[in-house]
Parts: sequence; C-alpha cells; structure tokens
Amino acid sequence: MSVRLRPAIFLVLLLVLWQAAVWRHPHQLLPGPWKTAGGIADLVHHGLLVKYVVASLFRVTWGFFLAVVLAIPLGLAIGWYRRAEMAFNPILQILRPISPLAWIPIAILWFGVGDLAAVFLIFIGCFLPLLLAVINAVHGVPAVYLNAGRNFGLGPIALMRRVLYPAIVPRLMTALRITLGVAWLVVVAAEMIAVNSGLGFLIVDARNAGNRYDLVVAGMVLIGVVGLLLDAGIRSLEKAKALGWAYAEDH
Amino acid sequence: MATTKVALEPNTPTAALSAKLRVNKVNMTFNRDGQRLSVLDNIDLEVADGEFVCILGPSGCGKSTLLSAIAGFLTPTSGQITIDGEAVRGPDPRRIFVFQERGVFPWLTVAGNIGFGLAKLKRAERTERVQRYIQMVGLEGFEKSYPHELSGGMKQRVEVARALAVNPDILFLDEPFGALDSITRMVMRGELLRIWEAERKTILFVTHDIDEAVQLADRVVVMSARPGRIQQIVPIDIAHPRDISSPHYLELRDGILNQIGLAHHL
Amino acid sequence: MSALAEPRKWERYAWPVVATVLFLAFWHYAVLLTATKIFPSPAEVERGFVELMREGVLYRDVLDSIRRVAIGFFAAVALGIPLGLLFGWYPAINQVVNPVVQVLRPISPIAWIPVAIIFFGVGDYAAIFLVFLGAFFPIVVTCVAAVGDVPLIYRRAGRNFGLTPARILSRVVFPAALPQILVSLRVALGIGWLVVVAGEMIAVTSGLGFLIIDSRNSGKRYDLVVGAMILIGVIGLVLDTLFRRLEKIKPVRWGFRDEF
Repeated sequence: MSVRLRPAIFLVLLLVLWQAAVWRHPHQLLPGPWKTAGGIADLVHHGLLVKYVVASLFRVTWGFFLAVVLAIPLGLAIGWYRRAEMAFNPILQILRPISPLAWIPIAILWFGVGDLAAVFLIFIGCFLPLLLAVINAVHGVPAVYLNAGRNFGLGPIALMRRVLYPAIVPRLMTALRITLGVAWLVVVAAEMIAVNSGLGFLIVDARNAGNRYDLVVAGMVLIGVVGLLLDAGIRSLEKAKALGWAYAEDH
Repeated sequence: MATTKVALEPNTPTAALSAKLRVNKVNMTFNRDGQRLSVLDNIDLEVADGEFVCILGPSGCGKSTLLSAIAGFLTPTSGQITIDGEAVRGPDPRRIFVFQERGVFPWLTVAGNIGFGLAKLKRAERTERVQRYIQMVGLEGFEKSYPHELSGGMKQRVEVARALAVNPDILFLDEPFGALDSITRMVMRGELLRIWEAERKTILFVTHDIDEAVQLADRVVVMSARPGRIQQIVPIDIAHPRDISSPHYLELRDGILNQIGLAHHL
Repeated sequence: MSALAEPRKWERYAWPVVATVLFLAFWHYAVLLTATKIFPSPAEVERGFVELMREGVLYRDVLDSIRRVAIGFFAAVALGIPLGLLFGWYPAINQVVNPVVQVLRPISPIAWIPVAIIFFGVGDYAAIFLVFLGAFFPIVVTCVAAVGDVPLIYRRAGRNFGLTPARILSRVVFPAALPQILVSLRVALGIGWLVVVAGEMIAVTSGLGFLIIDSRNSGKRYDLVVGAMILIGVIGLVLDTLFRRLEKIKPVRWGFRDEF
C-alpha cells in the first residue's frame, strides 16, 4: 500500500465514521459529510462561496499588512534599545493575554459595526504577537554580526537596516506564518459578531436564519481549508532561494 | 644542552616616535556574580606602524579581552588606549576586527560580504575593489555563492577580504584559524603573510598556538593568565620566509615554550 | 553611542514606571480632551472595579474563568502528551494522522462554538471544550516535534542498555523532550486563557469574557469592559510567569539530575 495513500484512507475512514454517526442519530442537528458537501455546493450555486471567502481574505490582508508594517520597525527599535524594551515590556506583557475578541466592544465603540472594526480586530490580534516575535528575534541575533556592523562604521539606523533586519528574517518568516494563522482565526471570530459578510458571518447567519447546520459545517470546512492554503502559501515563500541560507546546515 | 637564549627584553617600546598603537596601564575587571574578577592587569604595549604582533597565551589569559578593548568593543576599567594619538572610543572602520568565520553575514553573497564596508563608493568602483580582493584571497568564481555553501577556510578568506577591502590601518585577528584543520591553517598562514607583505598593514593577532606566533610575528607578546599580564615580549628577528627548522627559529620557539610553561605555573 | 551603554540596575524599574505613567496620562487626557461620554478614563475604570470587588461579583467571575481554563487545559495535557509522544514515536501513525491534524488545527476554537453549543448547550462544558481544543493541538504538534528532536544517540544509548521501547520512551525520550514540551504547555495555557475569554463572550453566562459582553450590553459600562480587559491581561501574565518559574525548577534543568 503506497505510503501516500494512508492519510487519505484515514481521512476517508473518519468521514465514513462521521456519516455513520449521523445516520445513527437522525434527529440531531449536526450534518454528515454528505450534507456538508451539499452545503458547499449550495454556496457555490448562489455565488456566495467566492464572495464570502474574498470578504474574509480582504479583511485579513488589510489587518495583517498594517500589523506587519508597524510591528517590524517598532520591534527592531524596541529590541535594539534596551531602555525602550525595559519601558514597554510590562505594558506589552499585560496586553498579550488579552484575546482580540475582548477588544470587540471597544472596536465597535470606536468603529461601529463593519469592515473597519473587523480589520482593527485583526490588526490587534496580529500586531502584538508579531512585535514580541521581532523583539525576541532581535535578541537572538549573534553579537558577532552587530559588532562587525559597528566595526564598519554603521550608525544605528544603518545597522538596523543592513544587519539586524536581514539577520532576523528566518525567525520573522516563522512569526509571519504563525501570525497569519492568528489573523485568519480572528477574522472568523470577528465576523461572527461585527460584520455581515465573510465565512464567520456565514456560520452565525446560517444557524440563526434557519438552522442550516449544513452550511455551518461547510463554513467550518472552508475555514480549515483556506487556513491551510494560506499557511502553505507562506511556507513556499520561505523556500525562496534568497532565504536558503537560513535553513542550510552549516557551522 | 646550552640554555636556550632568547632575547628577553623588558617591555620597552620599539620606537616611541612611530608608535601606531599605545596601550597604557590598562586594567580590566569584570563583575561576575558579585565577585570582582581581574582579567587584565596593568597592560603596557606599543605597536609600530606596519608591525605584525602576536599576542600569545594560554586560554583564559585575557588576550581576546585585550584585543576587543583595543578594537574599541570593550572599555577598560582603567588605563588608556590610543591609536595615532587619538583615544579609542569605540569600533572604527579604520581598524577592522576579523572574527572567526562565523562573522561572515549569511544573508549576503561572497561579493556582498566583501563589499559590505564599501557602501559609500560608486557601483563601478565598488565592483572593481571587490573583484580585486576576491582575487587576492583566491576566491575567484565564488562571487555569487552564499557562505553556507563554502567551507570554513573559504569563509575565513571572505572575512579577511571584507576586512581588507575597506583599507583599514590596523587589522585585529582573534584566533582566526582556530576552527580550521591543520593543513588549511598552514595554507591560511601563508596567505596572511603574503597579504601582509603586499599591503603592510599593522596586524594584531591573538593565538594560543606557539608555532603560529613564531611563524608569523615580528614580536610575540607572551601573556600569563589570571590575571592577564604581559610576561615577556619576544622579538622574532628572522626574515620571511621563515625556515621552521632553522636553529634560531627553534631556539626562539623553545624559549617561548619555557615562558608559557612558567605562565602555566602562575 | 550612549544608547548602547549598559543600563543601570535602577533603570530596570524606572523606565517601565515612566512609560506606564506616560501611558496612563495620555489615556486620561485623551478622554478629557475628546470629551467622550462613553470611553472611561483610568480613574473611572478603577472605581468601577473596586465597586465590583466590593459586591463580590468579581471573584466569582475570575474563579469561573480560571476553573474552566484549568479543566480544559489539564484534559488537553492528559490526552495530548501521551498521544503526541505516541505519534512522534511511531512515524507511521503520525503520517496517517498528521494531515487531519493540520486541517483541524487552523480552525479556530471560536469556529467550533456552534458545534460546542450543539453538543454541550450554553454553559460551562462548552467553554471547557473550547479550551481543550485550543490547547490540545499545539501540545500534540509540539510533542511530535520534540520526540523527533531527541538526538538519536540518546535513543541508541537506551537500546544499548537493554531498555524496552516503552522504557526508552518514558525514561529517555520523555525527559529529553521535557523542556520543549513544557514550553508548549505554557503556550497552550496562554491559548487556553485567550480562548476561554472568547468562549465566555458567546457561550456562557459567567466569567470574565461574559463580564465584558454583559457590561457593554446591559448599561454601556465601558469602565468595567476596560477593567475586565486589564484584569484578563494581568491574570494571563501571572499564569505565564508562574509557568516560567516551573520551567526553571531543578528537576527540569536536567543538567543537574544524576539519577532518574
């Protein structure tokens, strides 16, 4: 039996078990895989599949992008200047455990119900972990590189740009990948509450407006699949040749 | 057997007027776990322009600390270090430190690394300079390679080339060949001498290998450990290329060996 | 460059105080200047909170949240570590199971809420289930990786000394992987804390997450909202710090152990 076949067979087995469980309890609400597939087809039929996925992706892109653009320079600076880190660390550590969802009331207060609130929530969910990851990565840069940079007469800004930033790129890629995953998590949750389109909204709406649990589960499956694709996308970026040095075995 | 005669000099400066580098009563104490550790004790040293000086001593004698202080990465607890009459306040591109090959930037190609300090030059001039130093260290053909594709010896050459490319006055080398196998080490020593004779930079070279010191240096500064002190300064008055089996060479080497032996007993 | 000079000992305490004071001042004056009626100032938050504490309501909510996290987390640990070790030890099993894990993992526990509510109804169990989900996957994934990271020479030494595979797993692989596993536990606890709050906002009627939603819905008490957020942050930080202490105790730093 081919090795590749095994996970597929396991998956099929699970699906069969799922379907069998549903058949055993015909009166409960959870749909089986067959019905779920029907739900997905339904979405395609109404042209909603693409629309909702795009809506969710759109919000993720904006929130994520904003977080990246702010977190990287800030993280480099805070990681570099010990005093800045001393100053901000307690505030950052207290903000860290606060789920982005806990920000929902404030998001709605400031931005009303809509896209902006969702983007804000994604930004909050991405910015802090990314900032902390960059600061961490800066601490991990071998002192040799920084000393060499200073030796060649680089001032702090040039040092950050030409030595610090390139040196943290591998860890940065990992952090970006994880944060993108978080962004995807948050967008779904935020949509359940604060907007009226997107996959998260689908889940809530399908249940509220008619107990369409097939759509609910279809939404969940789609969420998982798109999340996986996003993750795979970034992983392939990590494999680019210019980054080959980070993963090479040496020393 | 005749006692080995080594020209043991007290620590007199070679030529006070043309001293490039002056280390004056430098002390270095560190605080470790509440205890004060004296790493360097009253170091006095003068190096002339174009000299090749080796700092030799057992592990832990503070030679790397001394080199880092001279290069400006550490501040001495007391004492003064001046280069060309100016006090040393921090690292400076006029005096480049060659770290072991791990100092090569992994995200830049060989050409990128060597050209690192040349950002202020115009593109054409920079390319030409980089090419010159690539040839000087014998890495033609590897311009576009990344460090992780190179061997340890090759990476070391990249570092040396990168250091030379900015045309510094002084080169500091801290056991640069330590991680290389013995044959590569011999080759690299020859290369370093060749480059030194061509460019006549002042070189300060830290090592724990006695043969290496006697083969390369104009003067060998023998240090003792805990706390680090200069025990003796031994001039090596043999012309290059040095015959490592000549009696005078062996004499000097054995003399230093004795000195180190004494250093180990301290 | 004075910015690089070694900071003095007192600075470790001075700078955070300065930053926090500035932050609070900024917050206070921002509220004042924008004359917002709803967003609370730091003083209002404090007052609202003292009020809650006096009424005894706060303790109940905090305990509820912590309880849910504890149960969900321990369940995830009890199930996740053995499974993770198993999957890591038998690559054949891992190969089969891994794709499923990878697909399930990105699905936020939040997205599981409808399913949780179907199975458990609105209440404690739903929240605990969500915490379990949030903590389970990182633990399993890390255990698998940690087993793989154990150097082959350790396993060989185990075999050399005649240990059975079960013994090798428990006496060699597990201790060797322990530091990594502990880190993942800390992370999982953090995720659990995040998730419980989120879950409480939707699926239960007590706890800090619920406090946030309820304060807003029944009276626009944003001072309580912000206060609850700060409390969530502080408790999360405390949990994290305690765990880090755990990671540092001697038996874990196995350099010090000389007997098994």
